[in-house]
Amino acid sequence: MAHKFARFFISLPGRLVRGLLTLVSWIGAFFKKIGSEIADIVQTFVHGDWKTRVSYVVMGFGSFARGQYLRGILFFLFQLVFNLYILFFGGSYLAKLGTLGTVQTTTKNRVTTYGDNSFLILLYGILTIFFIIAFIYTWRVNIKQNKISEQILKSGKKLQSAKDDLGAMADSQFHKTLLALPMLGIFMFTVLPIIFMVLVAFTNYDYSHQPPGKLFTWVGLSNFKTMLSVGGANFGSTFSQVLLWTLIWAFFATFLNYFLGMMVAIMINKRGIKLKKMWRTILVMTIAIPQFVSLLYVSKMFAADGLINTYLLKWGWIDKALPFWTDGTWARITIIVINIWIGIPYLMLIATGILMNIPADLYESARIDGANAMQTYAKITLPYMLFVTGPYLLTSFIGNINNFNVIFLLSGGGPLSMELAGNAGYTDLLITWLYKMTVNDTNYKLAAVIGIIVFIITAVINLTVYNLIPSVRNEEDFQ
Amino acid sequence: MAKEDRIPEVDIVVDHKAGVIREVHPPHKLRSRKGHERRVNASIYVVLTIISIIWLAPFVFLVLQSFRSYITENGGMVSYLIPKQFSLDNYRFLFQPESQYLRWYTNTLIIALVCAVIQTIMVLSVSYVLSRMRFRGRRFIMNMILVLGMFPGFLTMIALYFLLKQLGLTQQGAIPGLILIYVASSGMGYYISKGFFDTIPKSLDESARIDGATRFYVFKRIIMPLSKPIVIYTILMGFMGPWGDYVFASYVAFGKSESYNVAVGLFRWMNTRDLQGYFTRFCAGGVLVAIPITILFFILQRYYVEGVTGGAVKG
Repeated sequence: MAHKFARFFISLPGRLVRGLLTLVSWIGAFFKKIGSEIADIVQTFVHGDWKTRVSYVVMGFGSFARGQYLRGILFFLFQLVFNLYILFFGGSYLAKLGTLGTVQTTTKNRVTTYGDNSFLILLYGILTIFFIIAFIYTWRVNIKQNKISEQILKSGKKLQSAKDDLGAMADSQFHKTLLALPMLGIFMFTVLPIIFMVLVAFTNYDYSHQPPGKLFTWVGLSNFKTMLSVGGANFGSTFSQVLLWTLIWAFFATFLNYFLGMMVAIMINKRGIKLKKMWRTILVMTIAIPQFVSLLYVSKMFAADGLINTYLLKWGWIDKALPFWTDGTWARITIIVINIWIGIPYLMLIATGILMNIPADLYESARIDGANAMQTYAKITLPYMLFVTGPYLLTSFIGNINNFNVIFLLSGGGPLSMELAGNAGYTDLLITWLYKMTVNDTNYKLAAVIGIIVFIITAVINLTVYNLIPSVRNEEDFQ
Repeated sequence: MAKEDRIPEVDIVVDHKAGVIREVHPPHKLRSRKGHERRVNASIYVVLTIISIIWLAPFVFLVLQSFRSYITENGGMVSYLIPKQFSLDNYRFLFQPESQYLRWYTNTLIIALVCAVIQTIMVLSVSYVLSRMRFRGRRFIMNMILVLGMFPGFLTMIALYFLLKQLGLTQQGAIPGLILIYVASSGMGYYISKGFFDTIPKSLDESARIDGATRFYVFKRIIMPLSKPIVIYTILMGFMGPWGDYVFASYVAFGKSESYNVAVGLFRWMNTRDLQGYFTRFCAGGVLVAIPITILFFILQRYYVEGVTGGAVKG
């Protein structure tokens, strides 16, 4: 594994150059494709009959005139909706996208006159751009349809009827039927909001620029400068501290749980241990019970007046309450320890499945060679586990970088610190800090910056995984 | 067992006089080996027992404290564990309309049931298509979902909130609003079920297709009946997910306590309202949430384990 990592980083510059070259060739291919599409559009117009030519202006006319009523009506309806949308709704937003609005909301004699709403301008501006792209695509499909229909009719065959079209929805075009709704959902509730928030990172949208009362506008890269600047108790140094803790946390949460979980699994699955099912069931309780119940309760158990402290005091083991949540270092360690409580059961389940798949004769021959328990573990179990769960380890590392629930429900990111800006606490991960910025501080611009940075970190780790582990890549091989 | 124990316990002695190599089975070693094994197992039992106690303790405490009366004793955090007198005060409080607990519970149940159905349809559609069919744009869709998945979930929270607000689905309309948010992008979680579909031989589809079956027929009549474990896993995940969501639920319901789900309601009891009175009520409320979900989970545990291990191995 180590030499693989080394090789990966040595070959990194080469890979980057190759990646850039591929990108350039893709862009080249893209423009070539656009060129050939335009040429085809012109060709179709020149050689097409009058029905085809009318379709350039009135979408679906050709299909309708040739008897494909369903297609014709759908094309026409799409065009109608698009035109109405641009005319009465999207157009005005799109026009203001460059400035995000100029007319301030004013209050005179207790009468508020609403001006531009930067938020809606940005949101609907993006939506309109996507609608336009979708329209151009559909328009192109409409022209292609005309061309194909002409050819089919020329060769003396019949066109597909509406019934055929509907039949294809359940057969050759079945993927479109199944994907339509999920893709629409992903687009509206994931793609659109993500692009919106990425753009917010380049604006000054925060508590003092909140629509509808105030406007916000483009500010370029200044938020990134704020976040990545160094020195003093500002956002820059807070960011680097939070990032460092996020990585430390992810490392411990992943690997500590991994090895301890594996150990528990080995113990339960050892020959001669009885009641295997009972041990497993007890551990799995933490998965079954919703985290907001168990974690909130556990967090109160460790509070200054919680069960653990009161009992330790009562028994005289300590003189004053242990600062589980009030001291930065204590809080960090407590969280990592409690996370073991949450993480071991998952790993135990996963490891159990894999341990059963390790060929028994491997152990048999190891015993004959006189290997002891530690040696069989180090030479057989561990390498096998690492090999099989390699992808899982790295995805769970990424999962832990974004492990909101554990931190939020246990410590809420606290204890707070004077050294950290933006209300960040000692146990705040980037993701919980992002949450605080959004909900408590309404500092959306910086929240967006953090989001983008988390994305970059995740993407880099993912790319590394992708390059190191071929089994992730070769999807068809597996089948 | 006995045979395996003996195999490595062989001392090899070179007999120089006779010029042969002899295998000697020392009886004392056999016994010590067995004794060693027994000691190891005993210590494993000790460790497992300690682990079990640690794992179960918080839940036992939770149940115990939920039975403490907030009238005769203290409703907050106290310095003892076992209530002086067991009472059902807290549970009685939950069922009074003023606590709104039943309302929150029904809200969550509705959300969970609807999500389980729609989410399953979405996830299975996407994973079936990506596993079985090859078409233009397939790789693009998979890469797009991969890239989108790298953005942290809460980044888009305000954008989603205002989207819902435009549709009138916040505050009063928080329940349908939340369902919409949970369900809309659920197709992105196709990985585990796609991994399952990948293991069903493609020759099954192909022979059916040759016999003239449509894609829809293959999906409904051949793939679905073979996919019971993954269907149940997907339903289970869809149902359990909404019970634990605090962040979106509190943001979308914002200040309208009728629209809370249990997580938001109980979180408020625990943190923002008077802690002294509400701690034991939180415990009781938590117990009532945990019991049905835990039972459901243990009934369907087999499917969950299959899903989790399958997902981990295939990555």
